[in-house]
Amino acid sequence: MELDFGPEAEGFRAEVRDWLDGHLVGEFAAHRGVGGPTDAEAWEVRLAWDRELAAGGWLGISWPKEYGGRGLGLLEEIVFNYEYARAAAPYRATCSALDLLGPMLVAMGSEAQKRRFLPRILDVSELWGQGFSEPGAGSDLASVRTRAERDGEDWVINGQKVWTTMGHVADWLYVLVRTDPDSQRHKGLSMLLVPTDQPGVEVRTIRNLAGQDEFAEVFLTDARTRADLVVGEVGQGWRTAMGTLGIERGATLLPQQLTFEREAEALLAAARAKAAAGQLDPELRARVVQAWTSVRIMRTTNLRTIGELLAGRDPGPQSHIAKLYASTGHVRLGHLASELAGPAGQITGPGYALDTRQRTFLLSLAETIYGGASQVQRNIIGEQVLGLPREPRP
Amino acid sequence: MAHHTLTGTYTEEQDELRKVVRSFLSKHSTEADVRDLMATTRGYDPAQWRRMGAELGLQGLGVPEEYGGAGCGYVELGIVFEETGRALLCAPYLATVALAAEALLRSGDEAARKDLLPGIAAGETVATLAFTEDGGSWDERGVAASARRTATGWAVTGAKNYVPDGHTADLLLVAARTDAGLSLFAVEAGAPGLVRTPLETLDQTRKQARLDLDAVPARLIGAEGAAWPVIERSLAAAAVLLSAEQLGGASRAMELAVEYAKIRVQYGRAIGSFQGIKHLCADMLVEVESARSAVCDALWALEADAPDLPVAAALALAYCSDTYTRVAGDCVQVHGGIGFTWEHPAHLYLKRAKSSEVLLGTAASHRERLAVRLGL
Repeated sequence: MELDFGPEAEGFRAEVRDWLDGHLVGEFAAHRGVGGPTDAEAWEVRLAWDRELAAGGWLGISWPKEYGGRGLGLLEEIVFNYEYARAAAPYRATCSALDLLGPMLVAMGSEAQKRRFLPRILDVSELWGQGFSEPGAGSDLASVRTRAERDGEDWVINGQKVWTTMGHVADWLYVLVRTDPDSQRHKGLSMLLVPTDQPGVEVRTIRNLAGQDEFAEVFLTDARTRADLVVGEVGQGWRTAMGTLGIERGATLLPQQLTFEREAEALLAAARAKAAAGQLDPELRARVVQAWTSVRIMRTTNLRTIGELLAGRDPGPQSHIAKLYASTGHVRLGHLASELAGPAGQITGPGYALDTRQRTFLLSLAETIYGGASQVQRNIIGEQVLGLPREPRP
Repeated sequence: MAHHTLTGTYTEEQDELRKVVRSFLSKHSTEADVRDLMATTRGYDPAQWRRMGAELGLQGLGVPEEYGGAGCGYVELGIVFEETGRALLCAPYLATVALAAEALLRSGDEAARKDLLPGIAAGETVATLAFTEDGGSWDERGVAASARRTATGWAVTGAKNYVPDGHTADLLLVAARTDAGLSLFAVEAGAPGLVRTPLETLDQTRKQARLDLDAVPARLIGAEGAAWPVIERSLAAAAVLLSAEQLGGASRAMELAVEYAKIRVQYGRAIGSFQGIKHLCADMLVEVESARSAVCDALWALEADAPDLPVAAALALAYCSDTYTRVAGDCVQVHGGIGFTWEHPAHLYLKRAKSSEVLLGTAASHRERLAVRLGL
């Protein structure tokens, strides 16, 4: 996929390409295409790569200069992410902090919070974990029960969080808690920043179905953080949280698209080889065409959204279908690639070491679940895009 | 590799075109108009057809200015086809513009273009392409009709079937074999030896005819024996424009379903508040917007005459055929019992979806073509 971003982006694009050419070398280059939102593969190498990017000034490029960013805009974010994905650079280790927490602090944090935390996100000297979901609050995030109450100069926090990606290496957590004990649902919540290095914070890793200990449950038992480490207003935590979840959707569309296109090309190559040997089953052949078709359609859908965003327009209805379409398609593609690989594709390396295809197949299953499960996506599309009435609450 | 600029949006002029066409059709192609016209043999209103040409220049929109058209691009033409699909317009628009005009434009026959395109562009000449025979195939091998030289030109003999608006067209472009191979001929309505039989169609909004030709005088269009590449290329264009029409119909069918889901109350609340219906509607939107992407991609490829146009066209037609059929069926389902009646418009969209699905070859045949092009 060759994209033309227009003449005004050419200089920046060349700058990105040149830097990547010079720095995506050695061990970093050996880990091209490695890692993903639920894929903890080669964590240490990817963390080192993040530091390399940091030294080159490539993290937080759209953050304000006074906090270490470059003050660039959406076009540069899109171009950078696109060229990054084209070079198949390793998936950034600190995405949660860079893509969710950082922008949240920029938009809603206090001056002191920005000065204290943003530079250390950008130089990768502090790692963050997200404390949102709970055992009883997954899709229904508004039902969180972890509570925090004031005690002197501190908040004291009690409760449990779950699905915290790389929680076991996090120095800090950004946690959605209930600060008004009498409140219900999305009212009375606050976003707190909590250091993990204290007795009151216990992190236990959870193994995902690919055998990776890439997320965790977090037990908060009289955990403490300073009173001024609330982001946005006390009681307005839902607003703070929803801000993070809508941020910069546009900038990640193309990298995801490129990943899918690579996988679709690999699928096609495998299918062609089988076809040439007269071994491609007609039903598999039809499904390969369908998978290729959906990736091609996804490309245009994403280009439409990006075109609208860059033109400063509200993106159209197609922008709301992207996650549902992409995740459903990715799971289907993973299944199909598995089938094409036949019995050889069912053999792993020693110690449950999985190859890329096996990892993709298993890890793609998270995509229809996290960030708004598919059923929730359909509710959102039905209600917010089509205007259908909500279900009455019991 | 496809080269895209990050447009992805319609220009103000294109949005304006859509508004104007939609407004015109909302006045001149209402549901009542559709029901009236579909019950006639002719299947269209000549006064409405003339108005389309005189007021909006729709027949000539994509025809280059040197032949009397407006010289607009395929994105504009796609918008018009989408709107005609939404409105279930009963008129020989697809036949004249997507089939006949496209074939003439690609024929390489400058004299034929100069002679025949201006009448089409002015909305005076209704035209069509007569290719399929009794087997219904859009493959070159499906043509048995033949042509031989005469003292005054050519004479075509054979039978054509399922010809869109074949019984009302003034100009028929007929595919027939000579000793040199597949060739294209222009035949005038009323020519001696030509018998045109209108067919009764399941989709009454799209008329078809059977043609029986017995040494019908004809004019050769383009080089003798060289018609297949011309026809293949123009069928790709027609496929893209048909997919735009299907997108419009699917979009409207979805709207009808969603509107009904908001107002129909059962079990004490609007049926759209139940997840079963809500998710069905959400899936319709996913398919319609994805179909829109397929159409956009194909229109861009058509506009740029891109090397991967055959892939984009086959993909768009197959996907839009599936989408339209599915959404129109879901529209009936959401409407429950009333969706099953003649009186409700749901069946009109379902039938147009079904007839479109096989009009230029089945969706399956297009997916097969796509598979072959992908090396499978």
